[in-house]
Formats: sequence, C-alpha cells, structure tokens
Amino acid sequence: MGVFLTLVRRELGAAFNSLTGYVVVAITLLLAGFGLMDIVQRLNSDRTPSPIPEIFFADGIVFWLILILTTPVITMRTFASEKALGTYEALMTTPVGEWQVVLAKFTGSLTFYLLSWAPLIGVLIVLRQVTHQPQLLDPWAMCGVLTGIACIGSTFLSIGVFASSLTRSQIIAAMTSLLIGIGMWTISLRFSQTDTTGDRLGRLMDHLSVTHHMQDFARGVLDGRALVFHLSVTFFFLFLTQRVIEMRRWK
Amino acid sequence: MIEVRDLTKRYPGRTAVDGISFTVGRGEVVGFLGPNGAGKSTTMRILSSFMPATSGTVRIAGFDVFHQPDEVRRRIGYMPENNPLHIDMRVRDYLKFRARLKGLGLGRSRERVDRVIEQCGLKDVEKRIIGQLSKGYRQRVGLADALVHEPDLIILDEPTIGLDPHQLRSVRALIKELGRQHTVLLSTHILTEVEMTCSRVLILNQGRILAADRVEDLESRFSQDGRVVAEIEATPEAIREAFRDLPEVASIDIQAAAGRFQRVALTPRAGEDLRPLVFEQVRQQDWGLRELTRPRLSLEDIFIHLTQKKKGGGL
Repeated sequence: MGVFLTLVRRELGAAFNSLTGYVVVAITLLLAGFGLMDIVQRLNSDRTPSPIPEIFFADGIVFWLILILTTPVITMRTFASEKALGTYEALMTTPVGEWQVVLAKFTGSLTFYLLSWAPLIGVLIVLRQVTHQPQLLDPWAMCGVLTGIACIGSTFLSIGVFASSLTRSQIIAAMTSLLIGIGMWTISLRFSQTDTTGDRLGRLMDHLSVTHHMQDFARGVLDGRALVFHLSVTFFFLFLTQRVIEMRRWK
Repeated sequence: MIEVRDLTKRYPGRTAVDGISFTVGRGEVVGFLGPNGAGKSTTMRILSSFMPATSGTVRIAGFDVFHQPDEVRRRIGYMPENNPLHIDMRVRDYLKFRARLKGLGLGRSRERVDRVIEQCGLKDVEKRIIGQLSKGYRQRVGLADALVHEPDLIILDEPTIGLDPHQLRSVRALIKELGRQHTVLLSTHILTEVEMTCSRVLILNQGRILAADRVEDLESRFSQDGRVVAEIEATPEAIREAFRDLPEVASIDIQAAAGRFQRVALTPRAGEDLRPLVFEQVRQQDWGLRELTRPRLSLEDIFIHLTQKKKGGGL
C-alpha cells in the first residue's frame, strides 16, 4: 500500500509539475465557461427551465467535449513519457508489481481528472444560490452527475492509460484514445436517439450508449447496469494494460 | 555474485548477445568494454531483469533473474543508460521516492537518503530541482539512487558519458570508492576509465566476449615482445656497430630524430629486458641519451586489436 501511494503521489506530482496539467485545467474551464453561458441563456429565456444538470450534462455537448478532449491529454503521459525518458526502465527494475504501477497510474489520472472538474461543480452550486430556485439543482441529481463524471471518466481514462502503454509517443497515445473516445461518443449519440422499442441491436446499443448513461445520471437515476458497464470496461482496459506491461517485461 | 551462462538475446533479425558466459565475484569492480552496439546495454538490462533473455541463465547472488526477479531487483542498484531521472522532482524527494519503490520503510528510507546524499556529495543541492542541475550532479543523483537500498551489486551503464573532465574525475573517484564496499559492474567505451577504476575487464564485441582478464595481465599478454626504444646521440653506423654482435638483440631499427639524435628500436631475441644493456653501451661509448623506454601496449591498443578482427575467437 505504501508503495502504491508513493506511486500515486508521483503521478499527481508529474501532472501538476507539467504544462499539460495546466492545459487540461484551462481547457476544462474554458469549455465550462461556454457551457455556463448556455445555461444562463436558457435560464433567462425559458419560463420553466430544465434543471441545470440536465441542461449541462444531458442536452449540451460541453460535458462531452471536456471529457473527450481532456482525458487523452491527462493519460497520454502515464506510460509513453516514462518510456521516452527512460525512467520506465528505472521504475521496472525496482521490485514493484505490474498491477501496482497500472493502478497507481490510473488512480493518479482519475484524481487529477476529478480535481479538474471541481471548479465547475463549485460554479454550479453558486448558480443555484443566485437563481433562488433550488429545484434547478437537486442534490440527488448532483450526486448522479458526480457519479456519471467519475464512471464515464474512468472508462475514458482507462482507455487512455491503455493507449499510453502501447507506445513511447505521447502524441500517438493521445490520438489513439481521442479517436476511440470520439468513436464511442458519436456511436452513442446515434443510438441514444433511436426509440427503445426498436430491434434487438438497437436496444443493446441503447444500453451501451454512454450519452444515454449520462442522461440518466443527470436526472439523478443511478442505473446499476450503467455502473457495472463502466466498471467492467475500466477493469478490462486496465487488465489489458497490465498484460501489455507484463508481456514487454517477459517476452 | 554474478553467474552468467550461455546468455543469448536475439532481436528480430539481429543477435545482440551471442552465448556469453562469465562470472563476477563478490567485491570485484568489473568493466564491461566494447564498441557501441556490442551488446553491453542489452546484457545489463537482462542482468537487472528489465528484459528477459532468449536463452541461457543468469544468477545474481544465487537468485535466478527469470524466476526470482523481485529478489534480484532488491539486490541490484541499476543505473540505466543515459541516467534517466524525473527532472521535475527535487533531489531529496526523488531519492526518497526511489527508496520507497525499492521497498524501504518510511524511517529507513529517510535514514538511507541522508546517508547517500552525504556519500555522493549532494548536500548542497538536495533541495534543488533535478532538471536545473549540471550533468555531473545528475550523474551523482543517479549513483545515489543506485545505492539507496544498499544493494549487493551495482550495475552502471555508461556512468560517465558526456561529463566534462572535472566531473569525470569526481564521478570516477566516487565509483572507485563504491568498489570498496560493493560489487560493481560498469560499462563504458572509454578505456582509461576501465584502467582507472576496474580490477578486471570484459571486452565485448558483436555479442561475444573477446577477452576477460585483469587489466595488467591483458597488457602484459598483448605487449609487443619486449621491444625497447632509445634516442641516442651518435651516428647510425656507430650504433649499428655497437649492437650488431650482441647475442640478446634480434633486430635493430634506426631512424633519424630531431637534433643529432637517432631513434633506435631494439627487439630482444627471447623477451629479455634490453634496457640495462642499452644503457651500458651508451655509457661505455660515452654517447648522449635522452630517452629509454619499453613501450607498453595500452588497453586502447589491445581493444582496437581485438575488435578489428571481425571473427575474433576467445583469446
């Protein structure tokens, strides 16, 4: 456990000591600012506005832009830069386990990712105070949103960590996970718009649709299937990462 | 300490290490010498269990690097090629981080970090960011990292590359000092380094070991049959006359040198030292003498000699 925490601290240290860390925070805040303008406009024009989480996380694309753009940047560093710098060799010749390394890198990325969301959550809470309409930001919906940010984020981050373990180039790692992310999002968008009474494939894709998951989360609905889905995908990609590292170590 | 048997590493289309065997005893400082691409780094990476071999066995302190890698990793202090460090960290934080990774507890790692900071002369820079340090200091940080968990064996891959003469001197002195308490295996292609720091040398070329011996033994084995060179103030004829009839001299070669001196090279018949004889002649004839040496073959000459022969077998 001590070694694991030491590794997580190093990951966070690397994120905060690098320019990319601040770029991530800047992207998040910039995009969130655009999203906020949208919210304010909707709150002013609609007579009975939708709750804030739904405007921001379910209807708008800002959440997805942030997710798809920042997760590759957060994770591209994890393995690729250590390999390029050679510190990977120094790391892997110490008696640390492959799982410790993979989980620490993932945990570090997840922590940084969640921290980069923190300012926005604060802003939403302020917005709730200012509008004097508490029904616009139901605490349950807020919990759902947080769960959604964490769950869907985990999926995207685990894909990013995996992509980073495959290469020494941070650019390639980022592009790979960006493409996968965009692919998942566009397919999800396409299927979350079909009606659920459609054929089997349509219904299956609807269950797998990440945008649909987020719509549920934003309404405060905690769907166990969505949770299980994201946890399994995360575990699957971390498992693949561990296999890649082990293979490189022993083949 | 190290037992390597028939170690082979093949990459697709290339054999980096070709069936080498050697042993290193406890407390030895061994230099791994070879041109670039000879297989030095590959061998060291296998020894430090960073990557596996294609075939062959390696045992470090009795543990097999393939089957008990963690036991081996605990006992090795390895400094990879180009000394990779996390350049955004401070010296003390970095060493503490590495100590923790190597399995030292909190208190123990603090104690050890204090010790290696002192040992490697890093006291003045311990709070500085590694990226802002000179290359010499970075190299010391790398050495401190290799030492921090008190390993039995220290493996250094080109520890002095890219240092200026002052830094070179201090890093070499540090390595030499490490050799008093640890077994050290270091690779380099700088020959003077081996001469200065190592007790034994392994010469590697194209994945094979060409020679493995003590530095002095190598030099005496390869020196050129006891040839003596003298610069004498006399006419070539007189010199030839004086040495011609001596039974110990097999051949004589005279070339004009600066001033009125002649450069005389004498080869003995049966390897004896001709220097006293030459001096005796010079004294008897009352000639001038300004040089009298028996040139030793340097490690560099041996190295060039060995590595130029493409298919050099074990010597």
